[in-house]
Amino acid sequence: MEYVNLVFEEVYKILFLLVPVLVSVAMIVWLDRRVWAFVQKRQGPNVVGPFGLLQSLADALKYIFKEIIIPASSNKIIFILAPIITMTLALIAWAVIPFGEDQVLANINVGILYIFAVSSLGVYGIIMGGWASNSKYPFLGSIRSAAQMVSYEVSIGIIIINVLLCVGSLNLSDIVLAQQNIWFVIPLFPMFVIFFISALAETNRPPFDLPEAEAELVAGYQTEYSGMMYAMFWLGEYANILLMCALGSILFLGGWLSPIDLYPFNLIPGTIWLILKILLLFVLFALVKAVVPRYRYDQLMRLGWKIFLPLSLTYVVLTASYLFYFNLLPTI
Amino acid sequence: MVAHAIFFYVFSIIAIISAIMVTVSKNTVHSVFFLILDFISISCLFIMIGAEFLGMIMLIVYVGAVAVLFLFVVMMLNVAQQKNQWFNSELTPSSHIPVGLIISTIIFFELIIVVGGWKYKPELSNPNTTQISNEVSNTHSLGQVLYTDYIHIFQISGMILLIAMIGAIVLTFRRREGVKTQSYLKQISREKSEGIEVLEVPSNKGVKIDD
Repeated sequence: MEYVNLVFEEVYKILFLLVPVLVSVAMIVWLDRRVWAFVQKRQGPNVVGPFGLLQSLADALKYIFKEIIIPASSNKIIFILAPIITMTLALIAWAVIPFGEDQVLANINVGILYIFAVSSLGVYGIIMGGWASNSKYPFLGSIRSAAQMVSYEVSIGIIIINVLLCVGSLNLSDIVLAQQNIWFVIPLFPMFVIFFISALAETNRPPFDLPEAEAELVAGYQTEYSGMMYAMFWLGEYANILLMCALGSILFLGGWLSPIDLYPFNLIPGTIWLILKILLLFVLFALVKAVVPRYRYDQLMRLGWKIFLPLSLTYVVLTASYLFYFNLLPTI
Repeated sequence: MVAHAIFFYVFSIIAIISAIMVTVSKNTVHSVFFLILDFISISCLFIMIGAEFLGMIMLIVYVGAVAVLFLFVVMMLNVAQQKNQWFNSELTPSSHIPVGLIISTIIFFELIIVVGGWKYKPELSNPNTTQISNEVSNTHSLGQVLYTDYIHIFQISGMILLIAMIGAIVLTFRRREGVKTQSYLKQISREKSEGIEVLEVPSNKGVKIDD
């Protein structure tokens, strides 16, 4: 009986985390389209519900009732597995995100490595989808995407090392608590910029959306997908974007900490601050999508390997030397 | 403890079955996917014995990077076709099976020696292991050992990896003729004054533009 209670408790906690995440993914899609529209002087989705808030719900209903078409010459098992893997990986990473002090599903010691590992597994959903479709455009798209994600993961890893040098722990809650005096965005500002751009590339957002560049590759790896399977890719993608925003706010913007540690601001719960920071980063993501034109593929690779990698490595050396010289290295 | 045992057996059965499937499955891409499943279940086993850092690094390095390259190679080179040719050629029984037999025999005897030594002389198999305290985290204790007692070995292995990387680059690097590359500095520093030239063109005479 005790075991059963324990299992129910955990299931309840997981549902309490996942349902808000999924709802906010739907809302964030709406926000993305709205911001995109406002930059281009359009209205955007404003018909369904107040301000068009229910647009994503309507879209989801449409996807559910559409037919799922599985191409005859595709590799069926892998074809069906690909969107499932994408969405699962996008959701399980949320287990270690701290929404407040002690408000975290799994407070593990290697939280940041876990997120990094899960996000590096995210390539497989795309590769599997592209390969199993057995068609040229999806395959090209998935190859592009895999190369792009592997390249930018390297610089994200080194940026994370920069933060870890200042914290001395791989635990996400410790990373937030280490920023009580100063948010890492101030001493590590160049790294924050590089992290933001790498996150754009990692999540296949414009201007780095080459895997699904519609002018060249129809829709990249998603070309052969339809109905709910397409929607799952899409949900996974936006959940990943949200995750990257959450990671950025935890690593650089002080997570759940309030920006001003004074009386009226202290009353607001930390979760609200974290959500506000995630939203701020997401609006930046959406603005970049609306403003910047798409990169060419060789430019993308050049940016990743020849500019971001040396820059972030140099910054690691600088941070380490600074911490060592002024005796600021964190102790256990 | 029961839950622990259940998880252990689930992960190890998945690891063994997927390891068998890597060699058995006909499609090479499927083999790589089974290899990935194998890596994942082994990193789960690492986490279960408390080596969470090693498990995560295993996921990041092997699954996140190495297996992606495997997949790339297998998908691009069309290995499936070559493999079929290999198996269907007339040379098969005489040329490949003896080599395979020799290698598997060697590995089998190595396993017997290792397991036998571990069973009958346990003091030989763990020479001066460093005790890890339970108070500091996994990552810290690993770092304390790796960067103090074993720093030279660590540095040497780093150098070996660097040399391997340079070797791979040298092997595949070819200087190709006639490749047009973009010079960003040149593009950005271009100005209107040197980019265009306005000429007064006299009628019926024209101008001569030198190249």
